[in-house]
Amino acid sequence: MRTNLMLSAVGAFVLLAAGAVLLPDWAMFLCAMALAKGLVSLGIVGMMRGGLVSFGQGLYYCLGAYTATLVAGQLGVSDIFLLTLLSAGVCLVVGALFGPLLAGYRGIFFAMLSLALSMVLYGTLAKLTVLGGTDGLNIGAPTFFGWDPEGRALQTALYLYVAVLVVVAGTLMRIYFDSEQGLITLATRDNELRVEYLGASVRTVMSYNYVFGAVLGGIGGTIAALALGHVDPEFAFWTTSGEFVFVAILAGYLSVPAVFVAAIILEMVRSFSNLYFPNTWQLALGIFLLIVIVVLPNGLGSLVRRRKGDAT
Amino acid sequence: MTQAVLDVRDVQKSFGAVTAAKDINVSVPEGAVYSLIGTNGAGKTTFVNMVTGYIKPDSGVINFAGRNITGMGPRQITRLGIHRSFQIAQLCNELTVEENMVVAATIHKSARPSFWRNAHGAEARERALATLERFRIAEHRNRLIPELSGGVKKLLDIAMAIAGQTKVMLLDEPTSGVAADEKFPIMDLVIEALRAEGVTVIFVEHDMDIVTRYSDRVLAFYDGRIIADDAPEEVLSDPDVQRYVTGGAA
Ligand SMILES: Nc1ncnc2c1ncn2[C@@H]1O[C@H](COP(=O)(O)OP(=O)(O)OP(=O)(O)O)[C@@H](O)[C@H]1O
Ligand SMILES: [Mg+2]
Repeated sequence: MRTNLMLSAVGAFVLLAAGAVLLPDWAMFLCAMALAKGLVSLGIVGMMRGGLVSFGQGLYYCLGAYTATLVAGQLGVSDIFLLTLLSAGVCLVVGALFGPLLAGYRGIFFAMLSLALSMVLYGTLAKLTVLGGTDGLNIGAPTFFGWDPEGRALQTALYLYVAVLVVVAGTLMRIYFDSEQGLITLATRDNELRVEYLGASVRTVMSYNYVFGAVLGGIGGTIAALALGHVDPEFAFWTTSGEFVFVAILAGYLSVPAVFVAAIILEMVRSFSNLYFPNTWQLALGIFLLIVIVVLPNGLGSLVRRRKGDAT
Repeated sequence: MTQAVLDVRDVQKSFGAVTAAKDINVSVPEGAVYSLIGTNGAGKTTFVNMVTGYIKPDSGVINFAGRNITGMGPRQITRLGIHRSFQIAQLCNELTVEENMVVAATIHKSARPSFWRNAHGAEARERALATLERFRIAEHRNRLIPELSGGVKKLLDIAMAIAGQTKVMLLDEPTSGVAADEKFPIMDLVIEALRAEGVTVIFVEHDMDIVTRYSDRVLAFYDGRIIADDAPEEVLSDPDVQRYVTGGAA
């Protein structure tokens, strides 16, 4: 029954894995970062399906990154799987605490509260000199089940690792989006009153989406920290969160792969405009987003996936 | 006499200076079909909203099957088996007719919808389709809500509210926004389906022909109060009702 999905997943992995062979170092790094950030945006897309946009996913991106860095630095853990698991776990717990609180808010209130939470973390980290203050902290290279690669091998391993995470997380999220709970999320976006009057809890629906977003944010942050070898409070800054939202809107909520395509586009536009038009890359990005919103109001994803009713 | 499944005692509700419910006392026996009549703003929807938990009464008690449900929220009350349809159909506009029905069927089926099971699977769609067929709107299954006629929207709204465990069904103006020649067929369909399952029905209606034809008993609302509570012929010939509700036309 899920044959198509599994085939797409395998196809996506093969495509991504080809990058490990074909891409030059700089491009592979760019893609790894883009995919890691795409995971964070995928969490926002999950919330968008319920009609909410979080402007504070930097909170979990940063929390995941610092968790991994501290665990690596203080406890000497370097295994990438363990680091990912621990950061995801911390974000799960924090998300489960804040989720039910924030799930009572809608629209701009939800967006601003999530933003406020991330800025509290930013402010706190910037002041905490034990955690490096605004300079942040460094994290060593990860190991993979005891294997300790260096140079291109390390980069390739990290890239393939994030590719696997993207495929697994993307597949799971697709299954979730198509599930009963996923359809109820879409219904909630449309008509909360109806959903409550059918006997489902809108708050529960929103809480789950928030928690999933938190976990994905933490995983993305962990990968980014390991790829960069460094974390700083900027991970929680509002402009970072804004980029995640940018990617989510660019992608739309219809297609999962579109999220990662959008994330890669963002990273490419950023590097190229940085190179050729320094200081104006936001302008290029803004124009690009405007065009997409006007031409494809449902995002890039609507190029490959349509709402049912549109077809008939 | 059959036991009252719904019992409303001394319920009051005001919105600022507006009294929307005053000394409301209603006792509905199981399996009965009641109708609520009254001019615009008489308090009919307020009554439906209070029974279904959307609005909390200022005072008074609402009992359902011997259980005090005053102050519970819509979700809890729905879970107990009191379902409702809306004066303005409440549908998910971005979903198709079938998907709307799948949403309803899924939530009715289980309090814990699956994160894994595909909602668009054959089984879920067949179940939804069966209900759509029962309400004769299956032909519209792949259409989006904004493309539908008023009658189809109303039927879908009602179909979504009805589930296996419906015990009391409140229909708020099931025929408003419906073309004149569709009103009776819709009521035939809905009331028959509900009577067949022994569901207690309370419907709000402005058309007195429909009121007489389908209800066992009529409650006439005026200015937040119930001014008559009796069999349809009695209520419609009541001078107060003729003066304040039906405008002497009935
Ligand atoms: N949420 C609310 N806030 C303020 N006033 C309200 C609210 N709900 C109802 N009212 C007022 O209470 C009174 C009764 O309204 P209600 O909607 O119950 O009337 P109704 O009998 O259903 O009328 P209609 O036939 O127009 O649907 C009206 O004066 C209305 O303006
Ligand atoms: Mg009304």
